[in-house]
Amino acid sequence: MTNWIVWVPFLPLISAAILLLHPLLSSKVWPERVASTLACMVLVVGFLITVLVAVQLSAEGMNHYSVELAQWFSTGRFSVTFGFYIDALTLVMMFIITGVGALIHWFSSAYMTNDDGYTRYFAYLNLFVSAMLILVMADSLLLLYLGWEGVGLCSCLLIGFWYQDSRNGYAARKAFVVTRIGDTAMAIGLLLLFVHLGSLDIQLTMKNAVALWQQNDGWATLCALLLLGGAVGKSAQLPLQTWLPDAMAGPTPVSALIHAATMVTAGVYLIARTHVLFELSTIVMATVAAIGAMTALIAACSALVQTDIKRILAYSTMSQIGYMFYALGVGAWSVGIFHLMTHAFFKALLFLTAGLLITSLHHQQNIFHMGGLRQRMPVAFWSFIVGCSALAAVPMTSGFFSKEAILLKAYEAGGVDILWLMAVTAAFITSVYSFRIIFVVFAGDYTQSDEVQEKKAVALQWPLFILCALALMGGWLEPQLSTVFEPQPSVTLPGADTAEAEHLLLGIVLTAITLLGILIAYRIWGKGRARQMSQTLRPLQRWWFDGWGFDKLYDLLLVRPLLRLCYWNRFDIIDTVFTLLAEVSHFLHRQFSLTQNGSLRWYAVATAAGAALILLIMVLL
Amino acid sequence: MTIITILLLLSVASLIACWVERFNTDLPRWVALFAVAISLLLAVSGLEAPLAFDQQALISSSAHWWQSVSYVWIERFGIEFALAVDGLSYLLLILTLVLGIFSVLCSWTEVQYRVGLFHCNLLLTLVGVVGVFCAVDLFVFFFFWEVMLIPMVLLISIWGHEKRAYAAIKFFIFTQASSLLMLISIVALVLLHHQQTGQMTFNYESLLNTQLSDTQGYWLMLGFFIAFTVKIPVVPVHSWLPDAHTQAPTAGSVILAAVLLKTGAYGLIRFTLPLFAQASIEFAPVAMVLAIAGILYGAKLAFAQSDMKRFIAYSSISHMGFVLLGIYAMNAVALAGAVLQMIAHGISTAALFMLAGMVAQRLHTRDLQVIGGLASAMPKLAAFGLFFIVASLGLPGLANFAAEFLVLLGSFSTQPVYAVIAALGLIAGAVYCLALLQRLYWGKQKIPTAYRAPKDLTLRESASLLILALALVYFGLRPQPLLDAAQRTIDGVIEPMLAYKQSQILLVKESQ
Repeated sequence: MTNWIVWVPFLPLISAAILLLHPLLSSKVWPERVASTLACMVLVVGFLITVLVAVQLSAEGMNHYSVELAQWFSTGRFSVTFGFYIDALTLVMMFIITGVGALIHWFSSAYMTNDDGYTRYFAYLNLFVSAMLILVMADSLLLLYLGWEGVGLCSCLLIGFWYQDSRNGYAARKAFVVTRIGDTAMAIGLLLLFVHLGSLDIQLTMKNAVALWQQNDGWATLCALLLLGGAVGKSAQLPLQTWLPDAMAGPTPVSALIHAATMVTAGVYLIARTHVLFELSTIVMATVAAIGAMTALIAACSALVQTDIKRILAYSTMSQIGYMFYALGVGAWSVGIFHLMTHAFFKALLFLTAGLLITSLHHQQNIFHMGGLRQRMPVAFWSFIVGCSALAAVPMTSGFFSKEAILLKAYEAGGVDILWLMAVTAAFITSVYSFRIIFVVFAGDYTQSDEVQEKKAVALQWPLFILCALALMGGWLEPQLSTVFEPQPSVTLPGADTAEAEHLLLGIVLTAITLLGILIAYRIWGKGRARQMSQTLRPLQRWWFDGWGFDKLYDLLLVRPLLRLCYWNRFDIIDTVFTLLAEVSHFLHRQFSLTQNGSLRWYAVATAAGAALILLIMVLL
Repeated sequence: MTIITILLLLSVASLIACWVERFNTDLPRWVALFAVAISLLLAVSGLEAPLAFDQQALISSSAHWWQSVSYVWIERFGIEFALAVDGLSYLLLILTLVLGIFSVLCSWTEVQYRVGLFHCNLLLTLVGVVGVFCAVDLFVFFFFWEVMLIPMVLLISIWGHEKRAYAAIKFFIFTQASSLLMLISIVALVLLHHQQTGQMTFNYESLLNTQLSDTQGYWLMLGFFIAFTVKIPVVPVHSWLPDAHTQAPTAGSVILAAVLLKTGAYGLIRFTLPLFAQASIEFAPVAMVLAIAGILYGAKLAFAQSDMKRFIAYSSISHMGFVLLGIYAMNAVALAGAVLQMIAHGISTAALFMLAGMVAQRLHTRDLQVIGGLASAMPKLAAFGLFFIVASLGLPGLANFAAEFLVLLGSFSTQPVYAVIAALGLIAGAVYCLALLQRLYWGKQKIPTAYRAPKDLTLRESASLLILALALVYFGLRPQPLLDAAQRTIDGVIEPMLAYKQSQILLVKESQ
């Protein structure tokens, strides 16, 4: 029964293979319904299997379950197998991937209709889900890396899905290459872990790490830092965050699935999965927290000034993942995963609703060209209200519970320090930009000339309703992860009362901040019109709009010099050495052949001169 | 005996192919196809194939060689016509014959001029390569080394593209000049062996026991090393490759990339390391630096090319850098990775060249500034292109990743700094591979007006690409049979090295 879990990643893989390969066998194009039904069904089945397995495991009281499939390769001391390791953390991720994934597939079946690449789209999407499931289920770091690169590839292919536009292709390649930089760091981390600990099996490696390394051992720090490199790339955190806003070039459901709910949170998963290693190094933990808090703040500022609805959401995703990193950095593992889960609900909701808006408005993405859509698009309006409330952490929504938990844990860990203040500021800005979207898009009167209608397909609406429910109620679904992150001080400390008081106080503070943000957003954008920024703030706005100039900086420091080098040496300078050799021989050949001119006088002179020279030499020596 | 049969079969078939052209221009193709296919069957069935897939049997069998034959050839100089097969040569033999079939298939419609002579040359090249992979007499090895060169030069210079004469001459001079160095080394080695034992022999296993002083070993090793690295090719003696690849007909590029380059790497593993263990250990850091230079420099140049075949040629240089790195990491895991990379690279690059040939045949140009955005015009071709590009950038789950990972893992445990720099090649690989994807398949459709609406892949083309793709997937998920087959050879090469290193360490300790 539990063995069925193996099929969860394989079903989408098989479906992807069928969808990709069938054009080779027959030239007939399958009807859209066949492709989308197949793609959705494998996910639904996967979700059901996951539920059954979860129930079974908890009924048997098993904390984890592992299954070995086959040998991958082994040579000398090195050996890896294909195997899955299922515990509570994996199950949470699997629920998100298959559950939210199925909803997004369903939504896509209507969103992508009449697109030339309909089958290709679902093939890539299924392939992605399969790779993502392998990533979270892998029992060894190498298999995890397989999934890790697989999701990167699918992300790249889906960002560049409309490949005719070379800008999309550029965004796709940027996403892949930037994450690949992190991935390479991670690969080196794997090499280092193997050389020191003699295995790549995650559980065994963690056990060995604790046994071998002291707290703050240099090697442990280095390994954790290298893995962090991979996590930072995949999760679009500082300093490798630049690819995510551009990744919005792909179809909107793709952004919902890959660049909000699942793939970008792989970094969070990786750190949580290898938390034992990270705990060994205080410096790395502090780095994770700092990266998280800084990204949360920086990305929130950028989200505040964007005009493209998808880019706002992209920066917002970056910022929310920053929160998760912050939670991980202060050791609040399960809270980080909790936020990952609620974020998957409300951000998938927001992206899908944005998709509904965009497709209804003939691919208009600039929020300042929308305006006054409240009556015309009721479903989108209410979905946005729910999603943005959860994002802004309005009390009783799912986002409130997880965000408050993060701030509370961070406060318990370090009190009011600079990072905590950054996180709170980011929370404030988050509520401002969330409601900025709502006011700009939906408030006021409809001003555009052409008539618009909200599309009313079942597949475009029902996924939103379900996600609305999850975004509202998700706070009560907090996953129980104590079995994964066991050595938590579960004993109630003597100061439990004060903790309770702090809890309440923090809730009030967060509520106040959120409401203040909404109020400010209302003051500025509440009348449904765009306020002009005052002149003094313009440069700041420009700077934030460009994502704090990171793109320009990397362009200047890395991309341009390398491109110039490649262009300058495109004919291979080493080859000139050899062509020069050939030219010199050629030149000498020509010079010598000049002497063979057939003129008797010239030969006579040459002979005489030669004889004279030899005589001279003989005399002199 | 099997090897002799294969060699004879291919040689005779080459003559027949030449002759039957007068009856029908398609006959030579069938002759070549059957000859290579039967050779492949012979190789698989005749060479104790069961052993290849049974680790236990491999380890327990006492003989190093799976099969060997030897005839006296020139008695006076102790030259024997000696051939033998072990795990490594078996793998490369199979690779050669399989890709031989594909090279015949991919020139089915492309080559129309002097079809008989073309297949004659193709088969003779295969004879040379098969001989190189099986020779255990250094004279015979050198003989086959030259046999493989001449027909290849002819293939390029007769059936090549616009600058074929230049490319063919360049290829010939580079290879010939470097192989002369090897000839000198061979002769010197034999003479030294003669001085020591009074026995004149070119036999590989006898020569293994030659005692060499440090300087002697170093210079002789260099002779072999240069000859082999020109073939691999390694920066800075690589510049014949882009020209040869670009100008060669598709079948020529396939054989060149998939098989001919591997003879260099094979030579290093079979001859340079075992014959000159001590010198090789001293030389290893230099070789590794060259390998890393190749990885990064090849990648950098690939990125800047606008000719798609030149692009693939430079990417080959980058990938073969991993092979060199794996060989000189002096570590069994890395060497296993190098062997795996030889096979994976053979398959993936052959496929890329076949794809390039298919594009060139339809659009009559290789210039990426003139063509582009082919995905919408030829979706099947683009799908295969995507697959092999992704394989070549080292996606886990495909054979190239397994190979590169093993190379990095092995070299990391002996030389971490080199391995880390080489790992930058993973980033560079992604950059240039995706650049090719973008320029050739993505973006706005650019097709010369004369060839609008090109036909997508035919069944023959799809089928051959699909087989190669499946092979990459299979060996990516189950590289074990390949690793097992090569294990004994690898251990045989590495163990003396490790023993030598160990003795050096002990020596140092004693002297303290």
